[in-house]
Amino acid sequence: MATIQSIAGENEQHPDVALVARVRAGDVSAYDTLVRKYDRQVFRIAQHITQNREDAEDVMQDAFLKAYEKLDQFQGNSKFYTWLVRIAVNESLMRLRKRRTGKMVSIDEDIETEEGSVPRDLADWAPDPEQNYSQSELAEILRKTIQGLPQGFRIVFVLRDVEGLSTEETAETLGLSIPAVKSRLLRARLQLRERLSRYFRRKKGPKEMGVEK
Amino acid sequence: MTCTEFLALLDDLIDDSVSAETRAELEQHMRGCEHCEVTLNTTRKTIEIYRSHEIYDLPPNLRERLHAAIMARCKKGC
Repeated sequence: MATIQSIAGENEQHPDVALVARVRAGDVSAYDTLVRKYDRQVFRIAQHITQNREDAEDVMQDAFLKAYEKLDQFQGNSKFYTWLVRIAVNESLMRLRKRRTGKMVSIDEDIETEEGSVPRDLADWAPDPEQNYSQSELAEILRKTIQGLPQGFRIVFVLRDVEGLSTEETAETLGLSIPAVKSRLLRARLQLRERLSRYFRRKKGPKEMGVEK
Repeated sequence: MTCTEFLALLDDLIDDSVSAETRAELEQHMRGCEHCEVTLNTTRKTIEIYRSHEIYDLPPNLRERLHAAIMARCKKGC
């Protein structure tokens, strides 16, 4: 069991540790700070999994309430943020199950296992290709593209690359092995790249297209 | 090094978790393989674009509404 001395002896204490301690001691305003700190991330993760705005709103509320209720069970050995993300992922999957009444939903859904099946679009992209689109067009392209990924790839990509969890934290959060996270991450990255190529590839100039006679 | 071997190490290269020796092999492969170089650069760009663009933003009024609902229930002891 960790003693007060050994916790204080850690060279860097994450600021969330003090906030969690204050909430446990009955200071609700400290929870207010934690909610404001992580609400965008929780909302985003919920949107990525449920792909539905109303569901994401419900998940966000449920996840923060559940975290508050279960704060006594939070072990200081993981970060509060990754613990919260795990709750948000579980709440999101539960919400999907409800929506699809009876159909099992898991992060393993739609995962193809064959090796080496990632196609490669080998065309290079334009420099700063996102500048060819307005902010709203770009957001739509990015949403549509990531929504097309299998769920199990999408969650790994979001946690690891968008939300910045480590491979180990992603594995722990999703209950996956580290090799499984790595393999899904590679496939997710390559598939997204492939799908985005359609929008971002370098447009051929008239000469290359053979227009010039 | 083959393209398949290169792809297997792509994530480690992007995440900067390869040894100096492996990095040198990967770089050597890229010098002779434009396809793998394009794959590396565009995969990096893919990650960067998703990191830097908010595709599911939380509008301030919705944020405040959800926040108020959460805190009201927490104050009641949920």
